[in-house]
Amino acid sequence: MKPSRITECNEWFLARFPLTKLWNEHMAHYYAPKNFNFWYFFGSLALLVLVNQILTGIFLTMNYKPDAKLAFDSVEYIMRDVNWGWLIRYMHSTGSSAFFIVVYLHMFRGLLYGSFKHPRELIWIFGMLLFVALMAEAFMGYLLPWGQMSYWGAQVIISLFSAIPVIGDDLSLWLRGDYVVSDATLNRFFAFHVIAVPLALVMLVFLHIVALHEVGSNNPDGIEIKDSLDPWGHPVDGIPFHPYYTVKDLVGVGVFMLFFATVIFYMPEMGGYFLEHANFIPADPMKTPEHIAPVWYFTPFYAILRAIPDKFAGVIGMGGAIVVLFLLPWLDRSPVKSIRYRGGIYKKALMLFVISFLVLGYLGTQPATPTATIFARIFTAIYFGFFLLMPLYTRWEKTKPVPKSLTTVHSLEEQLPALIEEITILKPASTEIGHTAFKGSSFTRSPNPEGIKNLISRLVKNAIGSLD
Amino acid sequence: MNIKGVDQSKRQFLTTALTVVGAVGTGYLAVPFLAQMQPSAKAMAAGAPVEVDISKMESGQLIRVAWRGKPVWILNRTPQVLETLATLDPELRDPFSEESLQPESSKNPIRSIKPEVFVAVGLCTHLGCSPTFRPEVAPPDLGDKWKGGFFCPCHGSWFDLAGRVYRGVPAPTNLEIPPYRYITDTQLIIGESPEEASA
Amino acid sequence: MKNLIALLLLLLLSFGVAASEGIELQEANIDLSNNASLQRGAKHFVTYCLGCHSIKHIRYLRIALDVGADPKQVLKDIAPEGANIYDQLHSAMNAHDAEKWFGTQPPDLSLIARSRGADWLYSYLKSYYVDPKSPRGVNNLIFKDTAMPNPLWQLQGEQHAEHKKNIWDDEYIKLIIKEPGTLSTGEFDIFVNDLVNFLVYVGEPVQLERQRIGKYVIFFILMFLVVAYLLKKEYWKDIH
Repeated sequence: MKPSRITECNEWFLARFPLTKLWNEHMAHYYAPKNFNFWYFFGSLALLVLVNQILTGIFLTMNYKPDAKLAFDSVEYIMRDVNWGWLIRYMHSTGSSAFFIVVYLHMFRGLLYGSFKHPRELIWIFGMLLFVALMAEAFMGYLLPWGQMSYWGAQVIISLFSAIPVIGDDLSLWLRGDYVVSDATLNRFFAFHVIAVPLALVMLVFLHIVALHEVGSNNPDGIEIKDSLDPWGHPVDGIPFHPYYTVKDLVGVGVFMLFFATVIFYMPEMGGYFLEHANFIPADPMKTPEHIAPVWYFTPFYAILRAIPDKFAGVIGMGGAIVVLFLLPWLDRSPVKSIRYRGGIYKKALMLFVISFLVLGYLGTQPATPTATIFARIFTAIYFGFFLLMPLYTRWEKTKPVPKSLTTVHSLEEQLPALIEEITILKPASTEIGHTAFKGSSFTRSPNPEGIKNLISRLVKNAIGSLD
Repeated sequence: MNIKGVDQSKRQFLTTALTVVGAVGTGYLAVPFLAQMQPSAKAMAAGAPVEVDISKMESGQLIRVAWRGKPVWILNRTPQVLETLATLDPELRDPFSEESLQPESSKNPIRSIKPEVFVAVGLCTHLGCSPTFRPEVAPPDLGDKWKGGFFCPCHGSWFDLAGRVYRGVPAPTNLEIPPYRYITDTQLIIGESPEEASA
Repeated sequence: MKNLIALLLLLLLSFGVAASEGIELQEANIDLSNNASLQRGAKHFVTYCLGCHSIKHIRYLRIALDVGADPKQVLKDIAPEGANIYDQLHSAMNAHDAEKWFGTQPPDLSLIARSRGADWLYSYLKSYYVDPKSPRGVNNLIFKDTAMPNPLWQLQGEQHAEHKKNIWDDEYIKLIIKEPGTLSTGEFDIFVNDLVNFLVYVGEPVQLERQRIGKYVIFFILMFLVVAYLLKKEYWKDIH
């Protein structure tokens, strides 16, 4: 049979471009550990949000005006006069917060399962560079609406650079291009935000993924699946990324979109956290709002800055909070990767770290009262303690033996029948109203207090036990 | 892994179903993005109908007003011009405006509601330049055949003073007539046809 | 472990106390689907506020379409003389005069409901009182030394502040109407509420539309999710 035109075109193309090879290398023949759990959704989701930001961003630039006189009004023009402009703007503004939520969870996954440890140090470094680029991108994007918070937030953050000895003042002047944040600043931030930093982000994402696919993915057990291969040379515990993880990630995408759409359509301001109230007032260089706070995703670092009573030291502290993350692969001396086989000290330390991050985040949104400052100092100490003491406690603590191959934990849906069995009791069907009989049986299930009590005490016992 | 005993048809069905749902979703998502490139409410407001007072126009005078950002000509034609127009038919490509754009009320040989007042969009139907107004007869640069009309400097298209295109020039159709109507005898509204006003 | 939990509780407690200071706001009854209220509010705004404050981010036509009124009716009943249906709600006052009279330029109110909140606006407009010490003769309980004179005093009447003590001996201020205005207290509340309702609408005209579309979008995503889940489950039968 003569091959059709389409087949011929395909062959012509494939003879000149390694599409099949790329697809196999990164999707169909990329073997990923089969025991990825909930925490492994956030990498692909971060990619999804990046695409969302770029797409909506392109369309926003069609109507946005990077001019101090026009910027604020042009955003409202998008929100009101441009067809569907409100949707695209909310997708972008919600997307920026979503990006940080997803990325913070993605980074936490790394802390849980030791994804930054040998041989994945470079992936972590690329990831941290991505995080820094993302913060720059978000910070510069936040100036663009030219509201009061945009303006004074940028003023405060750029002034941080003036704390650097000798060159500080000149540096901050150079960054602003003026004596205060002004039209010049807005224009250059626009240029960085729409082209320079996004380009860097996309390239870093590429490097992050290439490095990941070179060494292979880590997993909740923190063992290398490439160590045990089957006769065909594939990892015994690995499964092809496509179709298994593509279909799984699609479920994650669905759940994410559900949350994302709920925020966009029903709570785009998110109570003043995603879109701050004071940012609905046009920037006024003569009047600072009574209380200024950065957007929520910067507040942990902002709280660290305020906790330190010296300008330069504060800036060093804030920068250090990010730099110390870069050093993580070398600070951690534990022989095991996953939290499942680490000792109790790391578990408690990680818990304290998460608490301190959240509390610092909360404190950063609040006015700096004396009590709040004391708490900010305590939690800043914990934040740094987690990292700087890591070389000590990870070497001391006793780890558990790591299994040779992956352990499988039953998913919640598999456990569900047994769980229902446990917390309910089977009773003959009664004719009372209010009891619903199962179809085709004359028994009903009603809650079993004894079973529920057992379940709760078991869960509590497990939770406490898992800390050791 | 165990691929034996897999219900391939179920897989195929679900894959197709998800592809269809995803494609429909992407389609819906594309709508806002494409629609946002349509004229905004501001552009529509700027393109709103324009009122023009023609009471002070002298015979033979042409005025230009902007409607939707386009030049719109209003020409007060003299009786001589109207006489000349009636004789031009053989030289024109579309003398009865069969293929040209105009509201029903202006679809007549002189292409206007009232004979003397001519209203047209001043953009050449070839590639959108604005033709120049040349009412004089047989000027040296245009030659003896010129009976007064609009000359497009970009690619040399000829139109008569009813906006009708001559044969043998690049423009394909007559000049566009915008919807317009009279509010009073001396007041025009451009952008609203008489049919719309009565509705 | 226990210490940690105790510490956290202490922490939350201390923030909770710190957060509950300030004057309590009265609650506005916002209902954007109440077209009659929005139309009244628009009328009130044009009559009492547009003299000084613009709403430059909305057009009369948009208001007409959103509150279910005929554009011609809006021009006749709501808009000031000579306004075009495509016009935005621009104040006629010039900025220089405003600066001279009030010491500050009256702000554009397009987004006031989004920056201040409905309850604040509602309480603010109701909390003017006679204050001989203030240069303007009036003051406001919610916004001390506000530059804006009370635009609604003829409707509300003359309100006076009385210092009182509650059963715990804490001092508080109660506002009492001494000289009644042209509206009763109940009518005035409705008047202010309509005005605030309109300002909330103007802050984000697309609100109702957004919530309406949201339902369909979320339903569609749920559909996607169900199919995606079934597909995932089908494929993952392979994995043991």
